[in-house]
Amino acid sequence: MDILVLIKQVPGTNKVEVDEKTGVLKRDGVDSKMNPYDLYALETALRIKQNKGGKISVLSMGPPQAESIIKEAYMMGADDGALLSDRKFAGADVLATSYTLSQGIKKIGKADLIICGKQTTDGDTAQVGPEIAEFLGIPHVANVRKIIEIKEKSIVVEMDMPETVEIVDIKFPCLITVEKDIFQPRLPSYKKKLETKDREIKVFSLKDFDDKNEKKYGLNGSPTQVERIFPPSVNNDKEIWQGNSDELTEKLYKKLKDLKFIQ
Amino acid sequence: MAHLKVNQEKITDKEQLIKICPFGAIEEINGKIEIGAACKMCRLCVKKGPAGAIEYVEEDIPQIDKNKWKGICVYVDHVEGNIHPVTFELIGKARELASKINHPVYAVFIGENIKDKAEEILHYGVDEVFLYDNKELVDFRIEPYTACFEDFINKIKPSIILVGATTVGRSLAPRVAARFRTGLTADCTVLDVKENTDLVQIRPAFGGNIMAQINTPNTRPQLATVRYKVMSAPQRNDEKSGKITLMDIEKEKLNSNIEVISVTKKEKEVSISDAEVIIACGRGVKSQKDFEMIKELCDLIGAQIAVTRPLIEAGWADAKRQIGLSGRTVKPKLIITCGISGAVQFTAGMRGSDCIIAINKDEKAPIFNVAHYGIVGDLYEVLPRLIEKIKVSKGA
Ligand SMILES: Cc1cc2nc3c(=O)[nH]c(=O)nc-3n(C[C@H](O)[C@H](O)[C@@H](O)COP(=O)(O)OP(=O)(O)OC[C@H]3O[C@@H](n4cnc5c(N)ncnc54)[C@H](O)[C@@H]3O)c2cc1C
Ligand SMILES: Cc1cc2nc3c(=O)[nH]c(=O)nc-3n(C[C@H](O)[C@H](O)[C@H](O)COP(=O)(O)OP(=O)(O)OC[C@H]3O[C@@H](n4cnc5c(N)ncnc54)[C@H](O)[C@@H]3O)c2cc1C
Ligand code: SF4
Repeated sequence: MDILVLIKQVPGTNKVEVDEKTGVLKRDGVDSKMNPYDLYALETALRIKQNKGGKISVLSMGPPQAESIIKEAYMMGADDGALLSDRKFAGADVLATSYTLSQGIKKIGKADLIICGKQTTDGDTAQVGPEIAEFLGIPHVANVRKIIEIKEKSIVVEMDMPETVEIVDIKFPCLITVEKDIFQPRLPSYKKKLETKDREIKVFSLKDFDDKNEKKYGLNGSPTQVERIFPPSVNNDKEIWQGNSDELTEKLYKKLKDLKFIQ
Repeated sequence: MAHLKVNQEKITDKEQLIKICPFGAIEEINGKIEIGAACKMCRLCVKKGPAGAIEYVEEDIPQIDKNKWKGICVYVDHVEGNIHPVTFELIGKARELASKINHPVYAVFIGENIKDKAEEILHYGVDEVFLYDNKELVDFRIEPYTACFEDFINKIKPSIILVGATTVGRSLAPRVAARFRTGLTADCTVLDVKENTDLVQIRPAFGGNIMAQINTPNTRPQLATVRYKVMSAPQRNDEKSGKITLMDIEKEKLNSNIEVISVTKKEKEVSISDAEVIIACGRGVKSQKDFEMIKELCDLIGAQIAVTRPLIEAGWADAKRQIGLSGRTVKPKLIITCGISGAVQFTAGMRGSDCIIAINKDEKAPIFNVAHYGIVGDLYEVLPRLIEKIKVSKGA
């Protein structure tokens, strides 16, 4: 079975702050790491491989430095990896990112099962997985919290809904996005690090794709535009209420209602 | 192609310029400043860098005719016909936006045997409910639901579509957006509309550490998801208004490679780390049986119960429910502390909460230093009255 895991490089910390005067993001260092939610996706693939055999590839879109997360995936046990990197991909929103990744997937050869993380810690939209599935014309199931069975032609998974749990059977090829805690991710191994030290990372750019229309990638292929970035307003309220119990209850009730905790 | 042009001679301080980019996309290569593939086109370097150093060069792109797209549509989120309340909240928002640009408000409802439920929506001020009622649609499966949505958009051409950020909505909306190659903004907390029908979307990113304003300037429809309890639901009118329109769709479009095997109700989650609302109890709660009162309040406002360490030591609750240095860190939208003094070891685990309400009878208790709203009073006086009030308002 061929499994493809999509991994993204994200800033090492999401503790960014916006300088109120200049509007510039302040970050401690420029460290990056693999999106923590993607570790669960990779672990899911590794567990499936342990049981059923097969090959695990990883794919990422990002700047050349993103090779480091592919190396990390090798150290965890991925067999093969590719990076999609091109200046023409810069400024991509979800649509352009998903389209680029779907073209990359066609380039490296379709997989039976594609696994994405639930979301990232930077863009944080959780939309890339379903959009890729659409571009590839395959079914998807999001919020998978358990793999129940791998069959010949399909996979049975448990999907986490707000009030229910649904068990569904999806035919291959398909895409799933997995919840955190589906499996505990393993640590990269030193032995694997040595073994995979010279393993190739394929790098593809726009000229390698079937669809070379520049208008579909990067900023030009992005229907959404970030117009402005600013710090969230913090709750600076400070009120101390005193009085008799009826007055206090009334105030508390009203506050809970204003804040919509009571419908 | 729109791109950034670097005017090397106008750069006064390279280091400074490189630091401006939040995504580390500005690099110095052989003494020259270059923009790399990590660029997100946020254009901060254009605005904040030395004047003219980095220029945003836009190419003329054909503009779409926005007048061809009319109406603000809400997706009716449901499981087995039970409408999720986020739907009504979005209808309220849709009405507000629609009145600014003089558009109709629509709802699209996809499922099986849902005609009766659709009637209910007419109590909330929707002009037209478009109904896809078919036995293939009994469970949510991505392909047939997307097919109905596609059919609806092609026939009605709404300008804006609002979808609840539920499990279903977060799965369905991106699929629809990709099919129409249009923009989708996730988890919006503020929505407004411009005269030209462009939706102004504000959303948190980087785990809530920054806010971004996002626009979808040249594609339609514009899609946005919104979480539950972010917008306010409108009052239900006694009278119905608007109409229900039954939509036809070819059966072949409702095929799916997914088979739903079972749907089971979940036991309630116990994790306080993910809870949006928490009621935390300290030693001011006199006995374990008083938890009954606290639990009753929890059920009324959808809260999880948490405790301070002494209550764990007393064996009153499971250790998973302890907040603090040696317990869990929580960051709910609301935490109400009852009879908690506010030791630093406790507050270390909950200071980051969006809204902190503290009830303590000692006005000098340090918890009042971290609380947004401090109630100086006896929890045994305030909480029973509050419970009574909420019950009355719910008509129970
Ligand atoms: C502040 C801010 C707000 C934004 N808001 C929006 C918005 O509302 N709408 C919008 O369309 N765009 C938005 N963007 C742009 C968008 O977040 C990213 O540019 C987009 O590339 C990826 O989306 P994501 O990080 O949300 O991924 P998610 O959809 O959260 O990622 C889910 C999974 O998809 C896979 N994946 C995602 N990206 C990659 C990648 N590059 N390579 C390999 N696998 C990947 C991973 O498995 C990941 O776990 C925003 C950007 C910023 C900086
Ligand atoms: C290394 C270390 C780690 C620790 N880690 C943790 C931790 O992770 N979590 C934690 O919680 N603690 C921790 N502690 C303990 C912490 O220091 C405090 O002792 C503890 O938080 C106090 O709990 P409390 O507020 O419930 O009790 P108290 O401090 O006894 O406070 C009770 C409060 O209730 C009020 N009260 C009494 N009756 C009423 C009433 N009828 N109505 C309203 N108010 C009333 C009183 O005025 C008082 O302020 C740790 C301590 C150490 C040394
Ligand atoms: S536009 Fe934004 S992301 Fe691109 S180089 Fe400038 S600051 Fe960096």
